[in-house]
Amino acid sequence: MPTDILMPALSPTMEEGTLAKWHVHEGDTVQTGDVIAEIETDKATMEVEAIEDGIIQSILVPEGTEHVPVNQPIAVLQLEDDDVPAEGGPAVATPQPDVEPAQAAPISSGQAVSTEQPAPDFGEIQPEVETAPAGPQAAPAEPTAAPEVPPGTETVDITVREALRDAMAEEMRRDGDVFVMGEEVAEYQGAYKVTQGLLEEFGDRRVIDTPITEYGFAGIGVGAAFAGLRPIVEFMTWNFALQAIDHIINSAAKTLYMSGGQMHCSIVFRGPNGAAARVAAQHSQDFSSVYAQVPGLKVIAPYSAADAKGLLKAAIRENTPVVFLENEILYGQTFPVPKLDDFVLPIGKARIARPGRDVTLVSYSRGLAYTIDAAERLSEEGIDAEVVDLRTLRPLDIETVLASVRKTNRIVTIEEGWPVCSVGSEICAQVTAQAFDYLDAPPLKITGADVPMPYAANLEKLALPSVELVVSAAKSVCYREDAA
Amino acid sequence: MTSPSLTPGAANFWMEQKPSVEPGEPVPPAAPTLSPEDYLTAYRNMLLIRRFEEKAGQLYGMGYIGGFCHLYIGQEAVVTGMMMAKKDGDQVITSYRDHGHMLVVGMDPKGVMAELTGRQSGYSKGKGGSMHMFSVEKGFYGGHGIVGTPAPLGSGIAFANKYRGNDNVCSTFFGEGAANQGQVYESFNMASLWKLPVIYIIENNHYAMGTSVERASAQAKELHHRGMAFGIPGREVDGMDVAAVRAAGEEALAYVRDGNGPIILEMQTYRYRGHSMSDPAKYRTREEVQDMRQHHDPIELVHKRLTDLGRAEDELKVIDKDIRAIVNEAAQFAQDEPQPDAGELWTDVVATKG
Repeated sequence: MPTDILMPALSPTMEEGTLAKWHVHEGDTVQTGDVIAEIETDKATMEVEAIEDGIIQSILVPEGTEHVPVNQPIAVLQLEDDDVPAEGGPAVATPQPDVEPAQAAPISSGQAVSTEQPAPDFGEIQPEVETAPAGPQAAPAEPTAAPEVPPGTETVDITVREALRDAMAEEMRRDGDVFVMGEEVAEYQGAYKVTQGLLEEFGDRRVIDTPITEYGFAGIGVGAAFAGLRPIVEFMTWNFALQAIDHIINSAAKTLYMSGGQMHCSIVFRGPNGAAARVAAQHSQDFSSVYAQVPGLKVIAPYSAADAKGLLKAAIRENTPVVFLENEILYGQTFPVPKLDDFVLPIGKARIARPGRDVTLVSYSRGLAYTIDAAERLSEEGIDAEVVDLRTLRPLDIETVLASVRKTNRIVTIEEGWPVCSVGSEICAQVTAQAFDYLDAPPLKITGADVPMPYAANLEKLALPSVELVVSAAKSVCYREDAA
Repeated sequence: MTSPSLTPGAANFWMEQKPSVEPGEPVPPAAPTLSPEDYLTAYRNMLLIRRFEEKAGQLYGMGYIGGFCHLYIGQEAVVTGMMMAKKDGDQVITSYRDHGHMLVVGMDPKGVMAELTGRQSGYSKGKGGSMHMFSVEKGFYGGHGIVGTPAPLGSGIAFANKYRGNDNVCSTFFGEGAANQGQVYESFNMASLWKLPVIYIIENNHYAMGTSVERASAQAKELHHRGMAFGIPGREVDGMDVAAVRAAGEEALAYVRDGNGPIILEMQTYRYRGHSMSDPAKYRTREEVQDMRQHHDPIELVHKRLTDLGRAEDELKVIDKDIRAIVNEAAQFAQDEPQPDAGELWTDVVATKG
C-alpha cells in the first residue's frame, strides 16, 4: 500500500525547507535507515532517512525545490509489508521534529492556522504568508503609516532572514570598512543562515569565522571599531553575549562619553534574542530591557522584514554602538519589503502597525505577532485597537505612544521578556506620568512569566504571552464585561 | 551552499603566513645600549612621568583629584623604552595605570592633569578621569578601567591594521594580574590564529592590588611563556632598564611588523606606590620597597649611565628643572581651569550623525 513521505521539520523553528537532493529514484527499493534525501533547513543541510521498508513509487517534489512547507508530501512509498501501516497514515521522515508526532500534523501548505488552537504548536504564529489564503492572520499587517517609503513603491516579499542578509550585503558593497565576524558566519553560512552567501561575495577578509569565544571576539570587534572600522558582530544568540556584555557596555557604550566625544565606536552587535522554541532557560532570554537601559547604546528590535532591513542598514551607518535584537522564529517569516535601491529607516521611530480608536497595544519584535492577531480578534468583537510597533527600544519613541494613548485613552503593552523592570514597565510609567489625565483605565502590561524558561511544551506556552492574553487585557482596560 | 574555494584548511586572508617570513623565535637583541642622545630622551621622559605622578599624588592629597588614581612611579622605564622603539602610526592601549603612557606618547601634560582634576580642559572634558583618556591623534586608545580588556581591544586595533593592510603595530599593555584573565587567552588564540600585528606587554609589577604574583599565578616566574600553547613567542625583559626595554621592543616590533603574528614581552618591574591612593600597603614590607628604590630605580640607572658617558651633572639638573616647570605649570592649569559646564552632562552619550 502507498504512504506519503512528508517534508520533515528538522529544527524547532523550521517552517519550510529546500529539497536539496534526492538520493533515490522512482522504483528504488529502500530500507529503514537509508538516506533518501538531503534537506536544507533554516540552520543546516541534513540527511533524511527512510523510516519504513518499501519501494519509492513516486517523487512528488523534485530536487532543488525551495520553500517546501513542513509536512507537505514529498514522495510516495509503496510499503513492502501491507500489514504494518494504518490506511492512509502518513509517514513522516526522520528525524522527527521535537514535538509529539500528533502535533506535527496541523501545519500544512495553504492552511491558515488558527491561533485559538490550544496545542503548543510552533507554527501557530507563523503564518504561511506566500500560500495562505487571505484571512485574519494570513499576512502580517503592512505598514499603514510609513512615511519613510514613497507612496506607490513596489514591494517584494522576502523573509526577515533575507532582509537582514541583504542589509548587510548592501552596506558591505557600499563601505569597505564594514565587515562581519562571529561564530559560523562564513563557511557554515550562518548558524541561522542569516549570513548566507556573504563569504562568497565578500571573501574571508570581510566575513570572518571566530572561535567560540564571545568575550574575546566582541572585544576585538570593539577595538577594530575604535580604530575606525565598522564591524558587524554576530552572536549566535544573545544568550551567549552575556560573556561579552562587559565589552558591549563597558567598552563600546561608554567610551564616547568617557573620552569626551573623541573615541567613536561604530559597531553593530546582532543576533537572535528571546525565546525560540523548546530550547529551555539558557537559550531563551529576552535581553531587550537589559540593553534598553544602557546610555550610549541604540537598541533595535524589529518585527517585519522591511524594518529589519531598513533598520539594520541604518544601524551599520550609525556612529553609536547598536544592539540589534532579532528573533529566531521571525527569521523564516515573509513580509513585503519596499523595492528601493537604498532603503534605510530612521532609528528611534515607532510605527503604527494598525490604526485604531479604542485601545493602544504597544509591542515590538515577535510580540507584534500576538498583538496583530489580537487586534483582529478584538475588531471582530467591536474593539478597534491601535497597534504600535516600537521597532527601536532606545531611544524610545514615547511621543508616538503618548499620541496614541491621548487618542484611545487606554494602553496595553506586550513583550516576551520578564516583567520586572521590563520595556512595558517603562512605557506604563511614562504614560502614567505624561498622559495621566487621558487615561480611562490603568495601563496594563503583558510579559513573559517571571520564571526561567521551561522546556516542556505546555509550560513554555504558559511562560509566554498569547493572543488570548492580549485580547483579555485589551477588553479589561476597555471595561468589557466578558474580559477574563 | 558552499563556495568552491572553501576547502578545509585552505589559505585564508587572516591565517596566511607572509611567504617571505620564516616563522619562529624572534632574534635575540644585541647587548642593550642607547646612544647618549637616546639616554637623554629617556631620562627626560621618565623624569616627566616621575614628577608628574608625584604631583598627582600631592593634588590627590589636597582633594583636587578624586576617585581612583593609579600612579606609575617605579615603572617608568617600561613605557618609555617601548615608545622609543615604536614608529609613527603604531598604536598604544593600556588599562588604568595609564598616565605614563599618555605622557610618553606626547599628550599634553596640562590636558592630562586637568582631566585628573575633572576640568573642562581635560582630555575627556573631565568626564573620564584618571582611567579614561584617549588621543586618536597620538595613537593612544585608552585608558580602560576593566582589568584585561586591553588585550582584546588592542588585538582589535591590530586587526584593523591588518584589515587595512598598513604596517602599524598595536602595543597592548596590561598587568600581570590581568594575565590570568580568560579574555587574554581568547585574544592570544585569535591573534595568533589570524597573525595580528600586536605586542602584548605584561607589566609585571609583582602585585595585583595586594596579591603578589606568586599567590595569584601558576608558574609565576614564567608569564612570558603564557602564549606558548598558542605559538606566541615570549621574552622576559628587565623592565627597570630602559635600554633593555627598547631593545626588546625593537626586536618585537620588527618580528610583528614582518607578519609573524603576536609576541609577548614580560616586563619585570615594580611600583613604589600603592595600587591606588587608598592602598594600606600591608602586603609587602617597607624594606622591600626601599630596596627597589635604592638599588633598582630606573631613573637612577639612566642618570648613572649618562654621567658615566661623561654628561655633566649640571646638564641633567637643567632637564630636571625643565620637567619640574612643565609639571608645575600643568598642576596650576589643572587647578585654575573651570569644571565642565553643566550642559556637558548630556553631551557625548551618543554620536552625532556623520
